[in-house]
Amino acid sequence: MSLFKKFKAPLLLVLVYVALAMWWPEVSGRSTKVAFDYLQEMILIIPPVFVLMGLLEVWVPKETIKKLIGAGSGLKGLFFSFLMGTLPTGPLYVAFPMAGTLLQKGAKISNIVIFLGAWAAIKIPQLLVEAEFLGLSFTALRFGLTLTAVIVIGLIMERLIKSEDLPEIQEQREGR
Amino acid sequence: MTTIMVIYSLLAICLVWSLLKSRKKTKQSFIVAARALWKMAPGLLAIVGVVGLILGLLPPEIIARLVGEEAGFLAATTAAILGAITLIPALISFPLAASLLRSGATVTTIAAFITTLVMVGFVTAPMEIKALGRKFTLLRNGLSFIAALVIAGLMGVVLG
Repeated sequence: MSLFKKFKAPLLLVLVYVALAMWWPEVSGRSTKVAFDYLQEMILIIPPVFVLMGLLEVWVPKETIKKLIGAGSGLKGLFFSFLMGTLPTGPLYVAFPMAGTLLQKGAKISNIVIFLGAWAAIKIPQLLVEAEFLGLSFTALRFGLTLTAVIVIGLIMERLIKSEDLPEIQEQREGR
Repeated sequence: MTTIMVIYSLLAICLVWSLLKSRKKTKQSFIVAARALWKMAPGLLAIVGVVGLILGLLPPEIIARLVGEEAGFLAATTAAILGAITLIPALISFPLAASLLRSGATVTTIAAFITTLVMVGFVTAPMEIKALGRKFTLLRNGLSFIAALVIAGLMGVVLG
């Protein structure tokens, strides 16, 4: 695959930004600033997270993941997934490749959903900021309801998703 | 800032441990990381671009105008949709939500906005599909969106 084709979406976006700068400078100014802030954050956060993912991939054997958060890991698996998710490790998009690796190593679907849910909505430093601005009762109630919802969604998805819906298996079928 | 410190400390501990145990495996980890990063790079850059565009078109003041004035199911749904398509860091979204509350938005609206903001990711969906599959992504985001509306409704009843 050529480099140009691989980066076609970002390149297209650059064109959009150039067009905006010419015809709609007000929006372009705001957009460029936001994109720049985001890029800065990504450059700081993404490399260490990917190296951590690499270490996980290389060092932690499948059996360990299966035992911790795989089929039959029960409540312990649920708790462990939740705990991994609450570590303060950055925005949700960095969790997807991590979750993909865990899934490949035999983690249960419901535990992956709980991991992602905790990662997104139940971060400890984030909760402190939330409590400061929106009050303790708002934060505590949202925490409790979100936790319940994430567990329920995990259990529903566990029933609906079969292994052939997951990307690894599809790739194998295509013979890659 | 805390986030960055925690990630780098975690990485430092793991790397030292890994290097002490095996240099070869450590090198292998870096290769795995570089490959995954290269695979994900277009998606990550696209996220940066799209987030910039969305927040350029919908700055916090406009979001405030869209969700701040009305109440009820429609306002909550609008707030939930805005939360799903935008990607605002928590440190900015909570003060924004607090100011919306003061200017008259209901608890339900705010809860809908914050819950979809953190749980549903429209912009990040292509990346999620690549890592976890289409069905997983659609179900997780769809169910989270519905859950957000339910959570918002319940919070409105309890706190409103």
